[in-house]
Amino acid sequence: MKFSRAMIPGVCALAILIVPFTGLLPDYWVTLFNYIGISSLVAIGLVLLTGVGGMTSFGQAAFVGFGAYTSAVLTLRFGISPWLTLPASLIVTMLVAGLIGAITVRLSGHYLPLGTIAWGIAFFYLFGNLNWLGAHDGLAGIPPLRIGTYALTEPRDYFVVVWIAVVLAVIATQNLLGGRVGRAIRALRRSTRAGEAFGVNTAAAKLMVFVYAAMLAGLAGWLYAHFQRSVSPGPFGIGTGTEYLLMAVLGGAGRVYGAILGAAGITFLRDELQNFLPWLIGNTGNYEAIAFGAVLVLILQTASNGVWPILFGPPPAPTPPKPRDERSPGRALPAPGTPLLRVQQARKTFGGLVAVNDVDFEVESGRIVGLIGPNGAGKSTTFNLITGVLPLSAGQIQFEGHALRAQTPQRAAALGLGRTFQHVEIVADMSVIENVALGAHLLGRAGPLRAIFGLDRSEEALLFADARRQLERVGLADVAFRPAGTLALGQLRLIEVARALCLNPVLLLLDEPAAGLRVGEKKALARLLREVRSEGISVLLVEHDMDFVMSLADALVVLDFGTKIAEGVPAAIRQDPAVLEAYLGGVS
Amino acid sequence: MSAPLLDVRDLCVSYGRAQVVHDVSIKVDAGGLVTVIGSNGAGKTTLLNAIMGLLRAKGHIGFRDREIAAVALESRVQAGLCLVPERRELFADMPVEDNLLLGGFRRSRAERKQTLAEVFTRLPRLKERRQQLAGTLSGGERQMLAMGRALMARPVLLMLDEPSLGLAPRIVRDVFHILTDLRKSGVSILLVEQNARAALEVADYAYVMELGAITKQGSPAEIARDPRLVESYLGLGGNEY
Amino acid sequence: MDTTIFLFLLQDGIINGAVYALVAIATVLVFAVTRVILVPQGEFVAFTALTIAALENGTMPSTPWLLLALGVLAAASEFIRHFRELNLRRVVRIVLFDLVLPVALLLLTRTLAPMKLGQVTNILLAIALITPMGPMIYRIAFEPIAHSSVLVLLMAAFGVHFSLTGLGLLFFGPEGTGTAPLSQASFSLGNLVVTGQSVAVLIVTAVLLVLFALFFGRTLLGKALRACSSNRIGARLVGIPTSAAGQIAFALAAGLGAISGVLVGPLMTVFYDSGFLIGLKAFVAAILGGLVSYPATVLAALGVGFAESLFSFWASNFKEVLVFTLIIPVLAWRSVYAPHAEETE
Repeated sequence: MKFSRAMIPGVCALAILIVPFTGLLPDYWVTLFNYIGISSLVAIGLVLLTGVGGMTSFGQAAFVGFGAYTSAVLTLRFGISPWLTLPASLIVTMLVAGLIGAITVRLSGHYLPLGTIAWGIAFFYLFGNLNWLGAHDGLAGIPPLRIGTYALTEPRDYFVVVWIAVVLAVIATQNLLGGRVGRAIRALRRSTRAGEAFGVNTAAAKLMVFVYAAMLAGLAGWLYAHFQRSVSPGPFGIGTGTEYLLMAVLGGAGRVYGAILGAAGITFLRDELQNFLPWLIGNTGNYEAIAFGAVLVLILQTASNGVWPILFGPPPAPTPPKPRDERSPGRALPAPGTPLLRVQQARKTFGGLVAVNDVDFEVESGRIVGLIGPNGAGKSTTFNLITGVLPLSAGQIQFEGHALRAQTPQRAAALGLGRTFQHVEIVADMSVIENVALGAHLLGRAGPLRAIFGLDRSEEALLFADARRQLERVGLADVAFRPAGTLALGQLRLIEVARALCLNPVLLLLDEPAAGLRVGEKKALARLLREVRSEGISVLLVEHDMDFVMSLADALVVLDFGTKIAEGVPAAIRQDPAVLEAYLGGVS
Repeated sequence: MSAPLLDVRDLCVSYGRAQVVHDVSIKVDAGGLVTVIGSNGAGKTTLLNAIMGLLRAKGHIGFRDREIAAVALESRVQAGLCLVPERRELFADMPVEDNLLLGGFRRSRAERKQTLAEVFTRLPRLKERRQQLAGTLSGGERQMLAMGRALMARPVLLMLDEPSLGLAPRIVRDVFHILTDLRKSGVSILLVEQNARAALEVADYAYVMELGAITKQGSPAEIARDPRLVESYLGLGGNEY
Repeated sequence: MDTTIFLFLLQDGIINGAVYALVAIATVLVFAVTRVILVPQGEFVAFTALTIAALENGTMPSTPWLLLALGVLAAASEFIRHFRELNLRRVVRIVLFDLVLPVALLLLTRTLAPMKLGQVTNILLAIALITPMGPMIYRIAFEPIAHSSVLVLLMAAFGVHFSLTGLGLLFFGPEGTGTAPLSQASFSLGNLVVTGQSVAVLIVTAVLLVLFALFFGRTLLGKALRACSSNRIGARLVGIPTSAAGQIAFALAAGLGAISGVLVGPLMTVFYDSGFLIGLKAFVAAILGGLVSYPATVLAALGVGFAESLFSFWASNFKEVLVFTLIIPVLAWRSVYAPHAEETE
């Protein structure tokens, strides 16, 4: 598998350089392939944006417009050489995307695509109304690309340029996705909470993907301008934007090669419709719009996960670099018994409802503490206060002496608080080991640029070594390369613990880790937690299974209606009348 | 010997290519309380969803002497079959009273009014909170509301999917109390549960489901006695970890 | 700008705004019940106006043919998709609604068109022709993917929009027309000239809005429709036929669109693709109202109408740019203060 995938770029390079000149393809087809290539660039960015980043944009055509118009204006009005306008196009697109993206990526849910429609339309009308962009007629006579004195006006020559760009884009994108930042953005689509709990800055990551996709579109625009040699607002509106989106949908979420297939499919379809329909119906008219709309709807009805996955199945497991022998520097753990986490009169109100009522307790280093209580007691809310998901209304939480007043989940992660979730937050289409490696996000430093240029391999090897070690510890090393979505709930809970351990935590916060597990799985989990405790890591867990938590915990804190009603060792809690009353409603 | 109220025979349910329920046959007699127990992932929820009509299934589902396997969900509700789902599925942005009234959607206006009064008597906590939005209720109150809503359709057979899920032991006792009361007033009950102790206490007959198939059935006493089951599936108290 | 111009712009804005309000309400309704953001809503508006224009001329509009085409597609779609669940009752229902009704309307229109029977007949006939298109479009395009995410439904809505616009060109041709005003009256209010048409628009809109509010707030059917959007599974479990609910929502949307078309026809020249811009501005209003609140939507629609008037006066080239840029800060504000928990939870 590894061998053949590495060969693909080589085969493609050969194809690109040779095929157009063999005379096998008529000019018409070469031109069509050029347009496919240009659209592919936009589609690749979009596939990343939607499938991986979870953000759908109807407005990518506007960025194509920015790339095209920038180059057109610079070459026509200022006589700058076309090759030099490429960085200019990319920079302009990057700046616009940075501005627009800063707002757009903060939009939640379906407001985001609606936002993209809004600025997509706004930009379209802007292009069409600015006189120095030629208004509705646009600009014509754009100079072609030249190598020395040879002008690249022939479709065949341009084919080489376009498809080299596509190959580079594919390589860059694959590299980006395979690296540390790539893992973070892939986690984003499935759940922002998991990413944030391990230090991912959601807004920054989303913005990065957005700008990257926009820059690919800008590149496409530059190529378009020097191929078409004229620009007008028409191709940069919402109609084309929806077409690009359709290419991405057709290609399948997150599938880079699928994007190219999608681009090809839609371009061929349009072409055929333009030729075929007037012949069929007998006169000219806007029939392709009718058919195009119908095709869009049909595709959404039958293959909304894209066609590429149907043809080629799920993505192949990544080939992580060979794990190195060294391990990341561990964190210095405090001596057992030192107060680690101090919850002091913590209070949380939601409007008039007091969910957490001046709760006060401590967790000492090297201990397992259970937070229990009947349903609605405020356990999860307290948990969320500690992990930074919710802000405190009053009171303080101190961790290792640092006051955690206005903290974020990312800060909690940096301080050494690792957590798991009540509803398992695992990225189903990432492999198990990649999911676990997400836990080590803060231990690495490689950013998008290093990833794209392949300079992050040695750091990645280290992170994967850590991940593998934690998987071995929870006994799941043999499923390291399977897609996480194929595992059972019990295994997923253990993987979440492995991921949290990858953070080199001081304190593990586990939210109902035993829920839904069978007896055998619960025993394995208890064994693991005892082992973790013996290494000096502390555990605070919220749990409903009384047998489980009673056998495991060194101390218990009992909540009822947001208030602490008891605290102590399990044996004492089991007989505490207040606790019995809370759970059983009086001795039965 | 009258025909059973619910007669499921050789039911098979698939999710995509994976078959989740294999040739399951269960019966509920009129006036009975039958439970299907099993651990997480046994296929119990899928079974109930298929009987209700949320999922397509192969096999026979006889209800009140009619074959309903091909009948639309809405008609099954009309015929007197109701489900209280695992996730409650309440209308969170609407008040308690509207949630209940909608439960009686398929009944006449007069029936709705009368049944609402009955439900409020049976579940007084709901009456106290009749104008409160369903999304702001506590876990136990939500369970009550889900049950009340199902009762508004005046079901002949009430199916419940893990009513004890996420509830404290005290509330679980209250819920099961309501079930036995309901049964006394003539509603038949099919109860799917992970918490076997509570279910076996109230049922007349029990089925054990494992990995999509029925592996044992009998009286609750028989089931509780089987040592293998006690060990693996019932999660009864006394486990050491 | 002096008061006269300001008042004129205000009046202009409110009248346009009232039409946007109706279309926006329909958009919010459809979204609430089916989670579809009905981009092609504007087509109902434009097609109605074009139908009335043809009738006023005494010519046969192509609308019944479009209705029949949609009916055939809807019937075919149902027969194919629900093949296993077909029974006599269902087949009869499909044939009656999807085939017999359009044919009957076709024959009726053919008879009545050359007779030039007067404004009321034209309006009623046009509304009768357009309203059934709603449920048909729902069944053809959206029902099969009813469980999909808002996004997939939005893309499908764009697909429907492209097809309908193309069909519009095919059936109505590229020329634009206007229709006769509902009222020729006009009177002065101080400096301002108020036309009967404006008053008619305001009255119709107000009445419809009140009826709407009552329907959704007080009746069980209205609550049932809301329940479908609140929790689809829950709605099915209490026996609400969610597919029927979707069709009712689309029927209401098409009907409201048709009435808007009646009101808009006298105000502007309508082309086969005018619906898009009208729909978009109504869409802006619906977004500003958060896609949930009807009163906010109505206010927003009036605001959009007024803003549009102002922008056309000041910077007419850039009025679309400004109107659409308006949405973005509002979306940002709503994201922070009223975030939409996505369907997964």
